[in-house]
Amino acid sequence: MQEIGIAHFLIVSSLLFSFGLYGVVTRKNAIMVLMGLELILNAANINFITFAKFNGNVGFGQVAALFVIVLAAAESAIALAIVLNIYKNFNQVNVDEIDKLRD
Amino acid sequence: MTYYTVSFYLFAAIILLSAYFVVTTKNVIYAAFNLLLTFFGVAGFYALLGADFIAIVQLIVYVGGILILLLFGVMLTNKITDTEIKTGAFQVLPASIIVGMFSGVLIASMTNNRWIVSANTPVAADTLRTIGNILMNQYILIFEVLGVLLLIALIGAASIARK
Repeated sequence: MQEIGIAHFLIVSSLLFSFGLYGVVTRKNAIMVLMGLELILNAANINFITFAKFNGNVGFGQVAALFVIVLAAAESAIALAIVLNIYKNFNQVNVDEIDKLRD
Repeated sequence: MTYYTVSFYLFAAIILLSAYFVVTTKNVIYAAFNLLLTFFGVAGFYALLGADFIAIVQLIVYVGGILILLLFGVMLTNKITDTEIKTGAFQVLPASIIVGMFSGVLIASMTNNRWIVSANTPVAADTLRTIGNILMNQYILIFEVLGVLLLIALIGAASIARK
């Protein structure tokens, strides 16, 4: 069996990115779209850490991954607040039926 | 077959299977709990790659924070009295074709590229010290700006959700 190298991790992260993209473009529920977004961010983070390890310069990639995690936390907090407001106004969160800016 | 190989394939299977269920299952709650498994698998990958601190941060922030937030979103935006918390999908066929083609291109470019791999890939003795040094020296400005950004996000989320 082949030794685990840089390509193995990159292939898994590519597939994870593709799943996330599929979730973002096909799901109706806004919260499911957010879950797809989290998958995409995780795939990007795997790439950061992989390149950090195989580059031999460990610190910088890990710091970038840390920044991505912080931004993901902020993003999901804001997005959830917006989704709650949408639910208050439209009584649903299906992204294909919310097409009004105001009544 | 070393332990490293076995754990790599184990975590890869966990990540890909649970991510597949996240984007295909009809039940929102099942999707949220499969997302939990995906985050655990990704944390395992970080540990395999020698990023122990990031793995712990992944568990604390994603599993403890973001996932709970998403579950709150599910609970607050579905009528719990309805027995089914289900959601549909649309444009499944064109999306799967295009995403499949895209992932093919992505994987081909990832595998055919000759990455410059450092000859010795040391596992840093303490990654925490390395990260702390970088955060407090080269990236101090970004670190501070991220702190301000988190404060703004906190205030903004509270004020958006309140009214």
